[in-house]
Amino acid sequence: MQSQATYNYKVVRQFAVMTVIWGIVGMLVGVIIAAQLVWPELNFVEWLSYGRLRPLHTNAVIFAFGGCALFATSYYSVQRTCHTTLFAPGLAAFTFWGWQLIIVLAALSLPLGFTSGKEYAELEWPIDILITIVWVAYAIVFFGTIGTRKTKHIYVSNWFFGSMIIAVALLHLVNSAAIPVFEAGILTPRSYSAYAGVQDAMVQWWYGHNAVGFFLTAGFLGMMYYFVPKQAGRPVYSYRLSVVHFWALIFTYMWAGPHHLHYTALPDWTQSLGMLFSLILLAPSWGGMINGIMTLSGAWHKLRDDPILKFLITSLSFYGMSTFEGPMMSVKTINALSHYTDWTVGHVHSGALGWVAMVSIGSLYYLIPRLFGKTEMYSVRLINVHFWLATLGTVLYIAALWISGVMQGLMWRATNPDGTLTYAFVESVKASYPFWTIRVIGGLLFLAGMFIMAYNMFKTIAAGRAVDDAKVLEPAHAH
Amino acid sequence: MDINDLRTLSTVLAFVAFVGIVIWAWSGKRKRAFDEAASLPLEDDAPLPPTGRAGS
Repeated sequence: MQSQATYNYKVVRQFAVMTVIWGIVGMLVGVIIAAQLVWPELNFVEWLSYGRLRPLHTNAVIFAFGGCALFATSYYSVQRTCHTTLFAPGLAAFTFWGWQLIIVLAALSLPLGFTSGKEYAELEWPIDILITIVWVAYAIVFFGTIGTRKTKHIYVSNWFFGSMIIAVALLHLVNSAAIPVFEAGILTPRSYSAYAGVQDAMVQWWYGHNAVGFFLTAGFLGMMYYFVPKQAGRPVYSYRLSVVHFWALIFTYMWAGPHHLHYTALPDWTQSLGMLFSLILLAPSWGGMINGIMTLSGAWHKLRDDPILKFLITSLSFYGMSTFEGPMMSVKTINALSHYTDWTVGHVHSGALGWVAMVSIGSLYYLIPRLFGKTEMYSVRLINVHFWLATLGTVLYIAALWISGVMQGLMWRATNPDGTLTYAFVESVKASYPFWTIRVIGGLLFLAGMFIMAYNMFKTIAAGRAVDDAKVLEPAHAH
Repeated sequence: MDINDLRTLSTVLAFVAFVGIVIWAWSGKRKRAFDEAASLPLEDDAPLPPTGRAGS
């Protein structure tokens, strides 16, 4: 047998380790800003004030933690399902270092107060350009690998990852379109959006919602469709359902953005359209959830003692929960109560902690031992401890914000018989403190789980070796 | 024909395409190919059992 090519694990390893590191950083900032809401005196210096740290938290958890997780898992699974090594390994290495540079620049520029003011797209234009370059390199590596595949089919997870790469490129380019200037020298970049008024708002939330729909959903569904079957040791429940799941998401997600702008200057028909498509989204979302969970059908006993499967299946449950809650909140009458309250923040975290973080954590626990020449993590017991900390933290977080959110909504709309408001705004703030304190506790539990994961990871690395000799396997039906 | 006709047309075409995909995905002809595709991630799992066993 002639010498075979080996899988490119180096870049996967780098991204996997950084996922855990950035997860800790991003969630730590989250805990800090949650604490700042309870104890405002923690805003002691402008660089570390709530307004500056909040975008740092969102960018760090979405693009640093979530982004690294997507790079690691997509690079790993695309090679293995295509039975070939990564296309353009030099470019793959560039995506790692480029992405880390972007994260560091974000971590510096956001606390310094540089922001273009667009939610989840706050980074200033020079960083935006760098993101574009790295993302194009990612697309070349990913689609190049698919183009040089040795298998007939393109496995469904690659469709999800691929759609994520294309959609994020489109979203980033359109939403970041701006007149770039240097206000006072090269260190003071500023951008003026290419859009104005309600168009600007609509473009922003078309971006914002699809960042959720493609970055945080399609990408992580790609992860789910690879790692759930792997960990369960059986093929996905229904492949044809996965195909329809994919196309249904593609056809509907792009339209759902207007539900972020209910009761604003956005034309009424656009709001109703956004609401309608958000409601339709329930069907493909639940189709995907059922497909993932039912993959375990006939092997439910595995869930009893496999903490990695617990992470993966619980993540799907939270995915199902938040994709039910989301369409409900997009209904205008419900949105009239929920909008601008903590309910929205709780909803986001049921998706972000429960779905995105848990599916990533489960996938990483599968991945890390294989990248470092071990059969399992240093301590399986600690994975279990992590699982319960993460679950408890998420439940505390979202339950607290459900209550405070509904309470705020009800207090804001309460009127006296003479038509005056029953409560001043500050009274709703005061009433929220106990729930914000519970949120800090929930966040701390989740963060503690991440520290345990880091310990477990470094112990696994210390006892293992960097695997760089995993042979590319021939497709089964080729021999 | 104004731009709204194009918008209507593209929406209808997208819907028809989606219905087409559903019919295609559930047609019996795709069964074998889908089964093959579904097994892709599992092919490279553990080392294959030694040849001669498992009835081959």
